[in-house]
Amino acid sequence: MSDVCIVGVGIHPFGRTDGVSGLDQGVFAVRQALADAGIDWPAIQFAYGGSDAAGNPDTMVERLGLTGVQFINVRNGCAAGGSALFSAQMAIKSGEFDIGLAVGFDKHPRGAFNALPSEYNLPDWYGEAGYMVTTQFFGAKIMRYMHDYGISQTTLGRVSEKAFRNAVHAPHAWRREPVDLETILDAPLVSDPYTKYMFCSPAEGGVALILASEKKARELGKTPIRLKAATMRTRPPGSFEVFAPSIDVKRGGSATRIASADAFRLAGIGPEDIAVAQLQDTEAGAEIMHMAENGFCGDGDQEAWLAEGRTKIGGQLPVNTDGGCIACGEPIGASGLRQVYENVVQLRGEGGARQVPGNPSTAYSHVYGAPGVSAVTILER
Amino acid sequence: MRAIVEGLFTDEKPVRLIGGRDRATGRIVFPCPPSADFEPYPLSRCGTLWSYTVQRYRPKTPPYAGPEAFRPWAVGYVELPGEAIVEARLTNVALDAIRIGMPLELTQVPLDPDAADPVLVHAFQPVGAAA
Repeated sequence: MSDVCIVGVGIHPFGRTDGVSGLDQGVFAVRQALADAGIDWPAIQFAYGGSDAAGNPDTMVERLGLTGVQFINVRNGCAAGGSALFSAQMAIKSGEFDIGLAVGFDKHPRGAFNALPSEYNLPDWYGEAGYMVTTQFFGAKIMRYMHDYGISQTTLGRVSEKAFRNAVHAPHAWRREPVDLETILDAPLVSDPYTKYMFCSPAEGGVALILASEKKARELGKTPIRLKAATMRTRPPGSFEVFAPSIDVKRGGSATRIASADAFRLAGIGPEDIAVAQLQDTEAGAEIMHMAENGFCGDGDQEAWLAEGRTKIGGQLPVNTDGGCIACGEPIGASGLRQVYENVVQLRGEGGARQVPGNPSTAYSHVYGAPGVSAVTILER
Repeated sequence: MRAIVEGLFTDEKPVRLIGGRDRATGRIVFPCPPSADFEPYPLSRCGTLWSYTVQRYRPKTPPYAGPEAFRPWAVGYVELPGEAIVEARLTNVALDAIRIGMPLELTQVPLDPDAADPVLVHAFQPVGAAA
């Protein structure tokens, strides 16, 4: 079967853009991606769009042109972007279409996500008593992991320090000022062991990717970035997810572990073959745990990896080269596609001051979210 | 004082939490789901701390129904051996004295200690700590 290729990418800067709707940030990204691919909107045969809180993506046809294009909306929590991309590549793999769009955008209110128990099949008392707080889950999850595998709070701080340092050179990032390790560790705690610099914030942004068959990519004369694998999985028994009044004594795997293993199997390569990775880092410990869950190191190895700078740009495996969610914020519908955008930039060698050296030819992306969903991609140049 | 909701605690003294046992698989969860697949299952009063964090800011209202005045509180996951790992507040312990693995027992605390008619929520405290 021929590969699915990414032939155009576009991004609306992440962060806060007052006066521009989430949808318009998506439209901005689509126009940029079309220009990057060297095509016009009528060439697009189909689209999948993800948004969690900023309206129906298909309504963007009003701005882009009423071409009658097939446009399917995707609402899949934190995996919305990954699911849109997965669906788009299936549409091309099936032979039904030659070229199409995966787009994601969002615009969330300031502050922590405000979840209600009824949306999660939970009793009202659970929210009344103060448990509907995502940061509680993040704190409790990493606290156990640190206990089991000897990870220090300093290592969590190093993740954030790296994120802000990388973002300085990423024009689409939100928080682009470096923050030193001491400041990160000495900042007020939000949910122990995390300080305020160790969490990402809900944000705004839009990302668009144009996918094409290999044949179509050749016609366009683009250096194709090949999508070697795109997987999306839900949780197995015994995982630990947000908003859990109880969890099983018998601990199990995670959606990430199975999505990752499947992606490597499809791509026919292993973690040691990856040159650059974007891993879900909604909080600093997520990046730490996801390094192991995606097979890049063993549980506990992260302490040495971070101390030795192995995930810095220029290290053995650069992770979150644009600052990840910690520096870009998390517009849910766009976040997973931002990772793929960043990987395309890196594989094209267009990363500027944040470019991974050595002409990388493989790149990995991973998103994870409530209630235990994960999406992985592997790109090759 | 009354519980925050009916069906959370047993009617005995001292109280126990009412979990649910999956009739088909024997899996134990908390709270007991409103489903015929589960039968009520009173949980052990004692366990050990599996993990924890500290809630350092007032949660958003709604859904939070606690007092306007805010003081940080600890949230733990308490392993009840052979049953389930239950999420609960931790009480009668200094925030910097909390340790994974510490033995804990069930108690009840008022959601708003200053309310005229406060409701009780479940919490765990170090074994033998004064209530």
